[in-house]
Amino acid sequence: MPSERPIKLTIAALGGQGGGVLANWLIGIAESEGYIAQSTSVPGVAQRTGATIYYLEFFPQAAAVEAGRDPIMALMPVSGDVDCVLASELAEAGRAIQRGLVTNDRTTLIASSHRSYSISEKSAMGDGSADEKQLIELVGSQSKRLILFDMEAVAEQHQSVISSVMLGALGGSGVLPFRKAAFEAAIKKGGIAVKTNLAAFEDAYQRSVAGGDAGRATQAEAAGIGELSEVPAQARSPKLQPLLDRVRRFAVPVQRTALEGVRRAIDYQDPAYAALYLERVEKVAVLDAKQSNGGAGRSSTDTDRVGPWALTEATARSLALWMTFEDTIRVADLKTRPARFARVREEIRADAGQLFGISEFMKPRVVEMAGTLPARLGRWVLRSPGVCRWLTRWTGGRHVRTGTVTGFLMLYILGGMKRWRRGTLRYQEENERIEQWLVRIERLAGTHYALAVELARAQRLVKGYGDTHERGWRNFSTLVEKIDELALRPDGAAVFARLMSAALADEEGKALARELAQISSLAVVKVALERARA
Amino acid sequence: MAERSFAKEVQSLRLGAGAEFRGEGILAVTKALLQSGVAYVGGYQGAPISHLMDVLADAEEILNELGVHFEASASEATAAAMLAASINYPIRGAVTWKSTVGTNVASDALANLASSGVLGGALIILGEDYGEGASIMQERTHAFAMKSQIWLLDPRPHLPDIVRAVEKGFELSEATNTPVMLMLRIRACHVYGRFTTKANKRPAFSAADALAAPSRDYSRIILPPSTYAQEKEKIEQRFPAALRFVVEQQLNDFIPGEADDIGIVLQGGLYNNALRALELLDCADTFGNTRIPLYCLNVTYPLVPQEWVKFCSGKRAVLIVEEGQPEFIEQAANQILRKHDVAARLFGKDVLPMTGEYSVDVLRKGLGEFIGRWAPQLRAAQPAAPAREIVETPLVPAARLAALIPARPSGLCTGCPERPFFSAMKLLQREIGPLHISADIGCHSFATLPPFNMGNSIMGYGLGAAGASALGTEGGRRAVSVMGDGGFWHNGLTSGIGNAVFNRHDDLTVIVDNGYSAATGGQDIPSSRAPNEHRAGNNTIENAVKGVGVKWVKRTHTFDMQGTLKVLREALSTGFRGPKVIIAEGECQLNRQRRVKPLMKKAIKDGKRVVRERFGVDAETCTGDHSCIRLSGCPSLTVKKNPDPLRTDPVAYVDNSCVGCGVCGEVAHAAVLCPSFYRAELVYNPSAWDRFLNKVRGAIIGSLQQRSERKRLQYAL
Repeated sequence: MPSERPIKLTIAALGGQGGGVLANWLIGIAESEGYIAQSTSVPGVAQRTGATIYYLEFFPQAAAVEAGRDPIMALMPVSGDVDCVLASELAEAGRAIQRGLVTNDRTTLIASSHRSYSISEKSAMGDGSADEKQLIELVGSQSKRLILFDMEAVAEQHQSVISSVMLGALGGSGVLPFRKAAFEAAIKKGGIAVKTNLAAFEDAYQRSVAGGDAGRATQAEAAGIGELSEVPAQARSPKLQPLLDRVRRFAVPVQRTALEGVRRAIDYQDPAYAALYLERVEKVAVLDAKQSNGGAGRSSTDTDRVGPWALTEATARSLALWMTFEDTIRVADLKTRPARFARVREEIRADAGQLFGISEFMKPRVVEMAGTLPARLGRWVLRSPGVCRWLTRWTGGRHVRTGTVTGFLMLYILGGMKRWRRGTLRYQEENERIEQWLVRIERLAGTHYALAVELARAQRLVKGYGDTHERGWRNFSTLVEKIDELALRPDGAAVFARLMSAALADEEGKALARELAQISSLAVVKVALERARA
Repeated sequence: MAERSFAKEVQSLRLGAGAEFRGEGILAVTKALLQSGVAYVGGYQGAPISHLMDVLADAEEILNELGVHFEASASEATAAAMLAASINYPIRGAVTWKSTVGTNVASDALANLASSGVLGGALIILGEDYGEGASIMQERTHAFAMKSQIWLLDPRPHLPDIVRAVEKGFELSEATNTPVMLMLRIRACHVYGRFTTKANKRPAFSAADALAAPSRDYSRIILPPSTYAQEKEKIEQRFPAALRFVVEQQLNDFIPGEADDIGIVLQGGLYNNALRALELLDCADTFGNTRIPLYCLNVTYPLVPQEWVKFCSGKRAVLIVEEGQPEFIEQAANQILRKHDVAARLFGKDVLPMTGEYSVDVLRKGLGEFIGRWAPQLRAAQPAAPAREIVETPLVPAARLAALIPARPSGLCTGCPERPFFSAMKLLQREIGPLHISADIGCHSFATLPPFNMGNSIMGYGLGAAGASALGTEGGRRAVSVMGDGGFWHNGLTSGIGNAVFNRHDDLTVIVDNGYSAATGGQDIPSSRAPNEHRAGNNTIENAVKGVGVKWVKRTHTFDMQGTLKVLREALSTGFRGPKVIIAEGECQLNRQRRVKPLMKKAIKDGKRVVRERFGVDAETCTGDHSCIRLSGCPSLTVKKNPDPLRTDPVAYVDNSCVGCGVCGEVAHAAVLCPSFYRAELVYNPSAWDRFLNKVRGAIIGSLQQRSERKRLQYAL
């Protein structure tokens, strides 16, 4: 029974993003253009930051008049029967696909390529974020037509809101038979932030006409962040040339990491510290050279797991992080730098020349205080309950106002204490730990290469401050205790890697405990089997 | 002051006869009430009918002009009891709430009202919170209608039909001396549409008229022997009267179709979606012309046997489209047809699913199966055009999609005052071990979701404390109950606090006082402190709690996490025996921002000195463990790619939606997390002193910074 059918539009948004405002604009536009409009939504709890959907249908008034009846419009989108999905965020575009609302025979998908991370992604102890590249691939593969660009960035650029940008993108796509002037009139009629909203609308309209950028801007931006830089031939400071030369003597896959390590060690302490760093890496590289040329340690079943020079690379990376552990001196140093002031200015979107103050949230504990003292004094403090109690007068939450002269001076002086760092208790403790770790790596390199690589990577378990740091160290120690046992197993490296991800699975250590229990029960079974065989 | 203002929209309530009304379904209901000459209105907010309460509150002036009395009732029980006015007087009243939860609360009064019977029309508008977007356990209102014999209207989700249902509902109520329920599904409440208006009517009989000449009728009181007579009256008089009214007024629709040896019976509320499903199956067109006869039940209780017999006679098979379970209509229809010896085979929950919302996708599948079996010629005669061929699933395997796309549960808003409280609870449990936590309904229910993951049970609105009653004894760690201020006034004061006092519980109840019924849209409650010209607020929870006999009451401000932790520790360790109550205060941030933001904007514009705070994380010192996020879950505290090439884990990052509530910094302090958080104080319209100070500071700090920069530059690689 063919008859004129309504145009169907789904808006997939997050609670609080203005999806309702957008739906209202669209109703106004449709009515002004001679269409009957219906919209529905399920606000409820989803309004509080959850994923939510607005659904609209448009039907030409003239056709209804001709038929003498109103069209019957549905209250929800149907899979395979949606003309346009307008998604305010990348994963929400994915969710619309998951719900079957995007089909490549008819659906135009207009989506923002930016990510707003869900709680599960954000709260992971490591990297829990969804694979952005795969998401973009997915979004690009399911629709009849795709218009994808970073709508949040456009909104920000015009100091507007994402709903204006979405409206512009929808207008520019030509999916709806409404004139551009009608879209603009809706914004004007709204009467709120008309100028900025119109600018954002226009920008988005043009981008949409051009077909969006398939998420390239987002990806390009991401690609530039956190990349290791090229290794130059000449050091900018001639004094450092010898260090650079040493870096350049490493195998190519190691050079960039080692360069970053050297830079960081200098920044953290001084060139001599960088030399110590290089010395340590070089020692591992010598062992690695044997293995990478077919040494005995690599002959295990784990060969496929690691490429050549994996051990040196992993060690260079982890060692650089460990040797520049975040003690109070380091934190104070970083907080007082001009680059940091500039970054804060940018991050808080201060207007040019606008005044702002910065307050730091510091909470020194006796351990941190003692850690900054000369080692012997620090140990004595920690051994003396009375002194500890006395020191607690200065512990607890502190708001340090870095923008004031006194606040700045305090941190500046603390940061300047790095010349005495090598004598501090914290340094000596960390240095000892580092050395023990390196000895283990070196010992394993010849016998169980892949496990050595995993051990080198295990530094990532130890991060953060305070309780977080202690938990990380506890997990690290637990894993290291298992090394000797695992070294006897051909799949030791794989098991170690599994333990590592278990340690990062939850704060309470439940996953790690489970994995550990499994290993020991396996060990028991193995022993029993061998006995039985014997 | 509710989250959403309808100040502009309510003006359309003034429309006279013959005008076109445009707006949300729930607003249309309000207009229909006024057109029906309603004299009093009450209710309790909750999705999906919150907007009805908000509209009524915003329309107070218009209601007053018409002499309509409106109350924001204390609970659904209060609202239902309000209908008592219609028992003795020919006065029309309407109440509204979220069903079935609200109906549960109201059912005592409802059952008595239904037994007494009414003289004036009594209409109960129910937001049927079922299916996608629902926030409650999944049940049907239908059972309540049947057990108390209250008529149940389920109109098509189309504004003219909804309006007609309101008008006819009052008439039906008066014609049968029975209260009437009008149920609207979630989407119908929020559907935007239009209808042609009639003039508003002043109530023919008002409360003043009643008070001027009180009348009573002993037979309307629910005491024996009247109750026996009332039961008999229900069956012998009211029920037949209802059947007559439904038939005479043609409240149900019969829609003819060419394939008249089969038929489909459907609930009115499902009409639009079912028609879309039929259209996709090529059995209907956009305008509702159908090839299969339809019997659309705009009244789902009572069912009219003669209509069923008329529709089903001569048909081979009839499909009943009835959402939810148990399948009351299907059961009743089977009995009707059996008794009248109608041979048509009935289908329903065997073709369609027993549970869950009847989305168009579900309907298309079920209807398709039914038509395929009983009228294959309908589909064969007109082969579906290629464009209609349904791509059932995306081209990518479902499992891969599920793995790739992260779930996005609801959570507390940016700046929510409840967040620091739950962060404190999480820290507390780290200190002293896991606690039994009895949760409640409200925004704080979200604490049962990540990242807080706390709360053992939710028993109902205001029943947090009652839910821990069995555990209010000695031994182990004390049980903790959480209750919102909304739930507290709804019933928690008596069901929870009074009960704990009387039964000598030794547990702790935390009352989260954010100043509003925040989860339902920020409506005012007795303890609201914001000015409201129509309501008497500022009744403190502390006084109420002390009034029912609690001796141990402490107040804490949630944003003071250290203080909150301290008072929590004390409550769980004190030697004091008896119920302990902590009132955790912090204004709902959504409401606060609505209040404060315009003032701040204006002050900045007027050139006044304003300091705006917001928070940030130093990416250089953040190590990417995200402990802060696990303790807070603030939407504005998110992650971004680590700028450090040696690290792979993303760093924490505060985005521009930060409202500067300070919880992240507090959490970092309380949990000894890390020194990466900073608070920035942005100064607008700085004073001369500000500028002077800034100059001095800039000079000193700048020179020191330059000094160390020079040093660093010596060693550039």
